Amino acid sequence: MRPPPAAMATKVTDAMLDTETKSGSTITPPGAPARALPVIDKDNEAFWTWGAKGQLAIFRCQDCGYYVHTPVRFCPKCESVNVEPEAVSGKGFVTSFTINYKQWVPGLPETFVLAIVRIAEQDDVQLITNIVGCDPDSVTMDMPVKVVFEQHEDLWIPFFEPESK
Amino acid sequence: MPASNYGEKNTAITGVGQSKVTRGSEHSALRLTVDACMEAIKDAGLTRADIDGVATWPGDRGDESGFSPVGCAGLQDALRLKVKWYEGGGEAPGQYGAVFNAVGAISAGLCKNVLIFRTMYEATARKKAFANSLLKAGQRQGGGFAWYAPYWNYAAALQQSLFFNKYVHNSGIKPEQIAQISINQRRNASLNPAAIYRTPITLDDYMTSQRIAGPLRIYDCDVPIDGCTAIIVSRMDVAKDLRNTPVRIEAVGSSMEYRNSWTQLDCLPTQAQPHVAEMMWSRTDLKPKDVDMAQLYDGFSFHTINWLENFGFCERYGAKDFIEGGKRIALEGELPVNTSGGALSAGRLHAYGAVHEACTQLWGRGGDRQVKGDPKVVATSTAGGPLAGAMLLVKED
Repeated sequence: MRPPPAAMATKVTDAMLDTETKSGSTITPPGAPARALPVIDKDNEAFWTWGAKGQLAIFRCQDCGYYVHTPVRFCPKCESVNVEPEAVSGKGFVTSFTINYKQWVPGLPETFVLAIVRIAEQDDVQLITNIVGCDPDSVTMDMPVKVVFEQHEDLWIPFFEPESK
Repeated sequence: MPASNYGEKNTAITGVGQSKVTRGSEHSALRLTVDACMEAIKDAGLTRADIDGVATWPGDRGDESGFSPVGCAGLQDALRLKVKWYEGGGEAPGQYGAVFNAVGAISAGLCKNVLIFRTMYEATARKKAFANSLLKAGQRQGGGFAWYAPYWNYAAALQQSLFFNKYVHNSGIKPEQIAQISINQRRNASLNPAAIYRTPITLDDYMTSQRIAGPLRIYDCDVPIDGCTAIIVSRMDVAKDLRNTPVRIEAVGSSMEYRNSWTQLDCLPTQAQPHVAEMMWSRTDLKPKDVDMAQLYDGFSFHTINWLENFGFCERYGAKDFIEGGKRIALEGELPVNTSGGALSAGRLHAYGAVHEACTQLWGRGGDRQVKGDPKVVATSTAGGPLAGAMLLVKED
């Protein structure tokens, strides 16, 4: 059975930014190092921009329903090229994480968490992220988490916080 | 094809060389490369005119990181080599890709004496170019690591501890067990005049040392250096007429069967090592019990821990018991590991230090750290994360 059609890749407008999202989030504290940003291409644009409408976009095969990440318009399961970004639930689980202790550059928080989160929809979609909104020492393997976005320049960076938050 | 016909068995390491290895060299990277290469050529009993192939990994990066400041072209011109084949690509089974390519070139009849080198200039780069970070300020990040870009992923220690923490979680290994890798290697380094750090460390030193990320402490991390290692790989009929007993490349593991991605890797706790090791063992009649010593990749201590299991020296998640107390992996133990002090204490020569040490031991040149009993078989390995390569080296009778 075919999965439902992909969400339309709506162009983000200034009006949407004002009405549908919150800016000035405190994920990145004042004085912390700037977030380096990725080069945007035809495959990764949805992932890094749909946060503007509060959505986490993952490529999905429109023929067999397999989520394809990192994104490419080719399904390794059924060889379809009919692969498009879809909004997923934004929920997931911590597959692995590490707490950073070393001050690599000035301004880094004393500790922070780098993590691999698997999305709730499919175990082999792994997202690199920071776990935010909690004490780093409280993060555990397989902990349920949910996405939260922070705008940097024209991109919306997905972070994850405890689902219970 | 019968295993006896595999191409690598018709090749051997015939000479090794190493520049002075320091935390900041008085010489250029190219000069260090020349020193190592000329030493290897002479060690094999060859001259520059005999070198008809040259290979390196990952080739001249042309940046200020010091990660690979010299490529085939720079070396060829410095030595005025005239070769029939050369190669210096980065997409390969880790650092040993250059060796595996040389095996292929020799097997194809393109050349018979290949000079292989690996140059690192990271100690100076940190001082001169402030190159201590995976992230470059002021520009957007491309390539596979772009998925890490916004998340303050400043160093390999941070990024790879995602894998190591998963291993800790699954295996239950304890810090005092992890410590045995760096304690053992520092002890070995104390017997190696060329090592960087030679003062032995205690368990207490380890347990009170600086934490870096996840389970990693400073002693779990390799030491950036300026230096170069070179080896000569020769066709076996040529090797038999040279001055050193040939060290045959008995088997290689070069596969890419996992998802080769720093984000989507599908074997987080083991990294991409198990299938690579399986491939290596499938190409030889030798077994793990036949191995006299192991020179294992140790960019971080956990790579070595992983390789102990993935080579089959102990069972999955059994390394914690295997290295407990450090006796089995000591110089006089059942499986001496990283006998030069490895990258953790002798310097980050990036897997070619391991090959150099394997030959040093097989040729009986280990001095105070020489493993007793005329060792003949060495397992050696490279790289972490989605990259892995393995070789079994055997001294000819």
